[in-house]
Amino acid sequence: MITFIPRDKVSKNWIIIAPILSIVFTIFFGLLIFTFLGYNPLETLYQIFVSPFSRIDRISDILVKACPLIIIGTGLMLCFKSNVWNIGAEGQFIMGALLAGFIALSFPNIETKFFLLITILAGFVGGALWAFIPAILKTKLNVNEILVSLMLVYVAMLFIDFIVRGPLRDPMSFGFPLSKPYPEGALINKIPFPGIGFLGQLHYGILFVFLLVPFSWIFVNKTLSGFKINVLGSAPQAAKFAGFKQNSITITVLLLSGGLAGVAGVIEVSANIGQLQPEVSFGYGFTAIIVAFLGRLSPIGILFAGIIIATVKLGADNAQMTMGIPKVVTGLFEGILLFFLLTGETLQKYKIKWSEGKK
Amino acid sequence: MIKFCTRIFSLITLGISVLFFVISSAFAGSPTKVGFVYLTTPGDHGWTYAHELGKQMVEKRFGKDVKVSVVENVPEGPDATRVIRELAKQGNEIIFTTSFGYMEPTLKVAKEFPNIKFEHITGYKRSKNVATGNIRFYEGRYIQGVVAGLMTKTNKIGYIGAYPIAEVIMGINAFAQGLKSVNKDASISVIWANTWYDPVKEADAAKVHIAEGADVLAQHTDSPAMLQIAEKNGAMGFGQSTDMSAFAPKAQLFASINNWGPYYIKKIEELRNGKWNTGDGPNHWPGNVWGGIKSDMLVISKFQNMPANVAQKAQEALDGIKSGKINIFAGPLIDNTGKEIIPAGKALDDGALWGMNYYLQGVNGKVPG
Repeated sequence: MITFIPRDKVSKNWIIIAPILSIVFTIFFGLLIFTFLGYNPLETLYQIFVSPFSRIDRISDILVKACPLIIIGTGLMLCFKSNVWNIGAEGQFIMGALLAGFIALSFPNIETKFFLLITILAGFVGGALWAFIPAILKTKLNVNEILVSLMLVYVAMLFIDFIVRGPLRDPMSFGFPLSKPYPEGALINKIPFPGIGFLGQLHYGILFVFLLVPFSWIFVNKTLSGFKINVLGSAPQAAKFAGFKQNSITITVLLLSGGLAGVAGVIEVSANIGQLQPEVSFGYGFTAIIVAFLGRLSPIGILFAGIIIATVKLGADNAQMTMGIPKVVTGLFEGILLFFLLTGETLQKYKIKWSEGKK
Repeated sequence: MIKFCTRIFSLITLGISVLFFVISSAFAGSPTKVGFVYLTTPGDHGWTYAHELGKQMVEKRFGKDVKVSVVENVPEGPDATRVIRELAKQGNEIIFTTSFGYMEPTLKVAKEFPNIKFEHITGYKRSKNVATGNIRFYEGRYIQGVVAGLMTKTNKIGYIGAYPIAEVIMGINAFAQGLKSVNKDASISVIWANTWYDPVKEADAAKVHIAEGADVLAQHTDSPAMLQIAEKNGAMGFGQSTDMSAFAPKAQLFASINNWGPYYIKKIEELRNGKWNTGDGPNHWPGNVWGGIKSDMLVISKFQNMPANVAQKAQEALDGIKSGKINIFAGPLIDNTGKEIIPAGKALDDGALWGMNYYLQGVNGKVPG
C-alpha cells in the first residue's frame, strides 16, 4: 500500500526545484527514447520545445491552440478548487458551440459583429445549461457529478452529430454532415497586422483570454465568492461553520465552468471552422483538465500551462513534418512530460509512505 | 563619408545578390517537396494505410527526386488548417490532404498560397490551385454483388454502411445491381454504423446480420472486424480499402483495394513538367480525377474461397467494367418503392450518382434522414 501524507510545510526551495527536476527527468527520458528509436535526440527536443517559437506566426499558432484550453481550464479551476469534479467540459464546449451555431444559422444574412455578443452569450448559456444537469442532480439527489458530467459528454457528441446530419445539414452538401456556413456577423475575424497581414490563424477571440485571466485572478483572490470557493475546497468543515451554502457554491461553479467551456466552443467554431460539423472539439475539454492541474489551479498558472501543452502539441507536428517522427512517439514523450510535472507537483505537497496493505 | 556609405551599400547589395544566386541555383536541382496529411496513424489496414501505400509508391517511383513530408493523426478542424499551412510554409510544392473533412481547411490555406498545388481527396469543392481526387469505389461493389449473389444460400446479404451519404449509397446500389444481375431472389439489408472506423460497432453490426440469417457480408466501414466475425461464424465477406485476407483467410472472398499511388504519381509528374491542372470536370461532384478499375485506382484482389465458376463470373464482371461493356447504372433503373429513376436506353451520369438518396431494387428499407 502506498499512502500520501500531506507535508506540514511545503519547502520554498522545492517549489522551484521540483519543476526543474521534472523537466530534467523528462529530457533525460526523452533523449533515451529518441536515441533508442534512432532519431537525433537533440534535434527532436529542438523541434518539440523550440521550433514552435521559431517564427512569429508559429507563436500565434500556439496562442490559437492554447486559447480554448485556457478558457476551459479557468472554468474548471473554479470547480476543482471547491472539490466539484466537472469532467464534462468537452460536452459543455459542444453544447455551447451548438446553441450559438443554431442562433447564428437562424440569421443567415446578419453582418454586424455585434451579433457576436449574442452568439457568445448563447454559448455561455448552452454550456451552463449542460453543466446545470450534473449540478442539480448533485445538489438535490447527491448523484456523483463525475459520472453525470462525463456521460453527458457522449450525449452531447451524439446530439451534435444528429443535428448536423439532420436538422441543420446544408442541403448543398451532398449528404455530407456539414451545416451551412455561418453568416458574416457570427464569424470571429483574424487579426490583421499592419505590414505583415495575418499571422496564421490568430483571431480576435484571443482577446477574451487576456480579459479572462486577470478577471478570474481578481475573482478568486479578491472577492468573497472566490474566498468561499477556496475555503469550501480546502476546509469543507470550516466552510460549513462559516455558514457558506455548499449547494449554491456547487451550482455556481458548475454553471460558470460550463458557461466558459461553452464560450470556448463558440470562439473555436466562429474563428476557426465557420460552420457546424460532427466534430468541433477534438478533446479540448479533457486536455483542459490537465491544463487546470498543471497550472496549479491558478489563473496565471493555467495561462502558462495552456501555452506549454499547445507548444508540445505543435512541436510534435513539427517533429513529424521535418523528421518523420510518428505521433505515437511524440505522444509518449508528452505523457512522460506530464507524468513528471504532476509527480513533482504532488511530491512537493505530500510525503509517500509505504506500508503493508491489509487484504 | 557618403562615398564610403555607397561603397558599403553596393558591397552589401552584391553580397546579397550572390547569396541569392547561390540559393536559387541550389534549389534548381532540388527534389520536389510533397506533403501528405493523414487522418489517423496508418497502421496495417484501412483508409489511411491505403494512402500510406500510395505514398510509398511515390517514394519508390521518384527516389531522390521527391522529398515527402507526412503528418498523421490530424483532426478535421483548426489543426488541419494549421498543419496544411505549415506544410505550405515549409516549401512543399504539392500537398495531398487525404480525408473529406480537410475540404474547408485545404481551400482556406490554398487561398493564401496561390503558387502551391493542393489535392484534396474525396471533396467536392475546388479552386484555382485545389484539385480533387476520388476513387470509383462503387465499381468494386458491383463485383461484390455478383459474387455475393452466387455465393449466398440464404439469399440474405448483410451490408454495413458508414454514413448515409451519396458515396455510400451509390456503393449499396452498385452492389444491388451486381446482385440482381445473377440472383433475382437475394436482397440486401443495411445497418448504419454511423462511423468510418469502430471495430466494436462494426463487429456488433456483423453479428446482427448473421443472426438474421445473412451469410454474405459487405462493408463500407474501415476495420477488419466484420470479416473476423464472419470467419468465426462461417459466413463470407469482402475486404475494404486494403487486402484483409490476413485477418480472415477463410472468409474474405476478395477485397476492393484503394490504389492511390498511380494518381499521386501522375499529379506529381504533372507538377514537375509544369502541366498540373485542376481538370475541367463539373464543379459539383467529387473528383475531377475520379478513377476506378480502368485507371488502376481501384484494384480487385485475388478471388479466393469460392468455386471456379463463381470466380469466372467475377472475372467477367471485372473485365466488363474495365472494358466499359458493363455500365453499372444503365437504365432501366427502378428504386425499391417502384419509382422509375431512369428508363431503358439511358444511364445515370456522374452528377446523378452524387445525388443518390434512394435505394434501388434489391435493397430493403429506406435511406435514413
